[in-house]
Amino acid sequence: MAESYVEHEVGHPALQHHFANLEQQREAGTLGMWVFLVTEIMFFGGMFLAYTLYRSKYPEAFAIASNHLDIKLGAINTAVLIFSSFTMAMAVYSTQIGKRRAQIISLVATIILGLAFLGIKAVEYYQKYEDHLIPGSLIPGNPFNPDPHAMHLTQGVLMQHVQMFYWIYFAMTGMHALHMIIGVGLLSVLLYFSVKGRYSPEYHNPVEVIGLYWHFVDIVWIFLFPLLYLLGRHTGGH
Amino acid sequence: MEEFTPPVPSKINYINAQYGLKSWLLTKDHKRIALLYLGSITFFFFIGGIYAMLIRLELLTPQGDLLQSTTYNKVFTQHGIIMVFFFLIPSIPATLGNFLVPMMIGAKDLAFPRINLLSWYIYMLGGIVTIYALLAGGVDTGWTFYTPFSTTFSNSYVVAAGLGIFINGFSSILTGLNFIVTIHTMRAPGMTWFRLPLFIWSHYATSLVMILGTPVIAITILLVAFERVARIGIFDPAVGGDPVLFQHLFWFYSHPAVYIMILPSMGVVSELIANFSRKNIFGYSFVAFSSLAIAVFGFLVWGHHLFVSGQSIYAGMIFSFLSFAVAVPSAIKVFNWTATLYKGSISFDTPMLYALGFIGLFTIGGMTGLFLATLGIDVHVTDTYFIVAHFHYIMVGGAIFGYLGGLHYWWPKISGRMYPDGWGRFSALLIFAGFNLTFFPQFVAGYLGMPRRYHAYPPEFQVFNVLSTAGASILAVGYLIPAVYLVWSMRYGKVAPGNPWNLPGLEWRTQSPPPTENFDYTPVVTWEAYEFAPPEETEVVGRFHDEVPEKV
Repeated sequence: MAESYVEHEVGHPALQHHFANLEQQREAGTLGMWVFLVTEIMFFGGMFLAYTLYRSKYPEAFAIASNHLDIKLGAINTAVLIFSSFTMAMAVYSTQIGKRRAQIISLVATIILGLAFLGIKAVEYYQKYEDHLIPGSLIPGNPFNPDPHAMHLTQGVLMQHVQMFYWIYFAMTGMHALHMIIGVGLLSVLLYFSVKGRYSPEYHNPVEVIGLYWHFVDIVWIFLFPLLYLLGRHTGGH
Repeated sequence: MEEFTPPVPSKINYINAQYGLKSWLLTKDHKRIALLYLGSITFFFFIGGIYAMLIRLELLTPQGDLLQSTTYNKVFTQHGIIMVFFFLIPSIPATLGNFLVPMMIGAKDLAFPRINLLSWYIYMLGGIVTIYALLAGGVDTGWTFYTPFSTTFSNSYVVAAGLGIFINGFSSILTGLNFIVTIHTMRAPGMTWFRLPLFIWSHYATSLVMILGTPVIAITILLVAFERVARIGIFDPAVGGDPVLFQHLFWFYSHPAVYIMILPSMGVVSELIANFSRKNIFGYSFVAFSSLAIAVFGFLVWGHHLFVSGQSIYAGMIFSFLSFAVAVPSAIKVFNWTATLYKGSISFDTPMLYALGFIGLFTIGGMTGLFLATLGIDVHVTDTYFIVAHFHYIMVGGAIFGYLGGLHYWWPKISGRMYPDGWGRFSALLIFAGFNLTFFPQFVAGYLGMPRRYHAYPPEFQVFNVLSTAGASILAVGYLIPAVYLVWSMRYGKVAPGNPWNLPGLEWRTQSPPPTENFDYTPVVTWEAYEFAPPEETEVVGRFHDEVPEKV
């Protein structure tokens, strides 16, 4: 039986009624985000499985298709995202130590870097659109129909297997971009409330939890970049 | 007999605390959300039931007189989709689990009440989209959506139905997430992991399956939809895709989904067997860990659905072995329940009748599962009524018996009223008889070679189908009776005391129906689960809820 009792932290506006104290509320929020990230791993896992299967089935077609991705833009985007993870970590840290100005600046920087990533991704997508590399009939009127010569298609490699690569590329990076868009939205909500002064060293769980999400989305890209852009890059084509 | 006295009931409870439609549709109270789910899943159960009756009526005669093949294909598909995704998967977790998980661990609510309400809205949205698919023209792929039929050849509303299931999946994910976080962080002081009721352990294991499996079916269905709309070809062999990849991804979720249905039911049965024998459960930790073992093994057996799909024979052998292995934790449960009954002071109340029915039917369902896990026998019975009978013994004989048993057992707590016991026992027996008459003949018909999913069949199978249809009619009446008397009892039933069964569990130590915050004070747990001990030792210690005791 409990001998000692802690005071209910009544009065703190952020404490929800069904939690005993802010500590319990923080634990629940953090664990909730970790569990959610597990579901995200399983969600992306289905696509990673498809990638692995078809990469091993059609290695040459995948290498040729991969060669046609813009490695410079991909590398810049990787740097942008890694830097945004740093600014996100700074946002969490400055919230924990109660530096509001630094917190707001870090959040703004993270949002800008996230938008920069999406902008560069849009440029890449547009290039693929111009080269008729959008798979299937996803875009009505512009079916998958690249110039076989420009793709450096070698003997025995089928264009439909190149299309498989591009479908997996668009499915994975598209799903990743959707998560980035949601992340930027969440960060904007955070920014709104942190300008209003809602987060403090006592109550910073939302910043932390959305930080976890942001790092997760970055890590997905850290896997996507080598798998899609780098692997087998110089074996086919050329 | 020992007495466990709940506090004197006050007039304010979660049902009458607020009035009006808005107070229900915007509620964050897990108990009210449980009731929203209860109403919704009952609605879907009856839609699925209507399709079941159409199937049984058509199969009364060997020729197709009531339905033709195209309609029949849609009817059995829609029966499967509605029953699996909109009734069985949410059945116990979203209703009884939602209601009881916080109460059994001594919490005021689930960790994320708003996400809990959101999950109900997502469920309803998924349901509406699916019903749209049914009304617009239906879907005929079978609930399994096998490619390339679903992606290329079917002329039915595959995308709309798939979208409904995709949306619905998120409600399942959010429920599982909420349970895991709640069980980890919201237990009352003194409520250690090994004092948790087994209902909680089984819901924890179920939640693990929900969060790990459901995202995979989500992405799979999304890929099917894109393939169908944009002709992309990831599952299309004509352009280098692999239709068996779909089967792997589909069953990676859909086999564990069976454990989403059966594990909560096992949790209910553990409660019922221990409490209606008035004994501590035999081998508590074995029953608790067998739930986790089933959840883990459940993810390693999906390949037994692919024995005849061109899967490598070595993979088949491994999956066969692992499928046998999953029978071990299931058998541990059955043996422990049986040992709990031994020398117990057993009372045959309605919930106990369902629990005993569960043990028998689940055993038959599980044993016939071993036939199907055997490579050679599976080839003989694949796609026959043997399989249909097997999984209905698990899903209906297991999951629904547990659900109905639990619903009766906690009905006094949920509604504050007693159900009519005579009618309760009568309908439990009727459902047991009707169920066996419906599905046992299907084992025989299937073993003799009657294939599933056909609207017409050779005349020598008619006798089994007549028996089956007769049983289904009894089963339908059996389901209708509780639907009527439970609704009736909400107004006219005898007023239930806080602890009608005289049991030690936390949920019985508060008034019926409970107040919005479940307990008048934060309980401090000083007793083990199912501890049938004198009252002075199990008295609830605690103070009023502005003074919350620290965790011990």
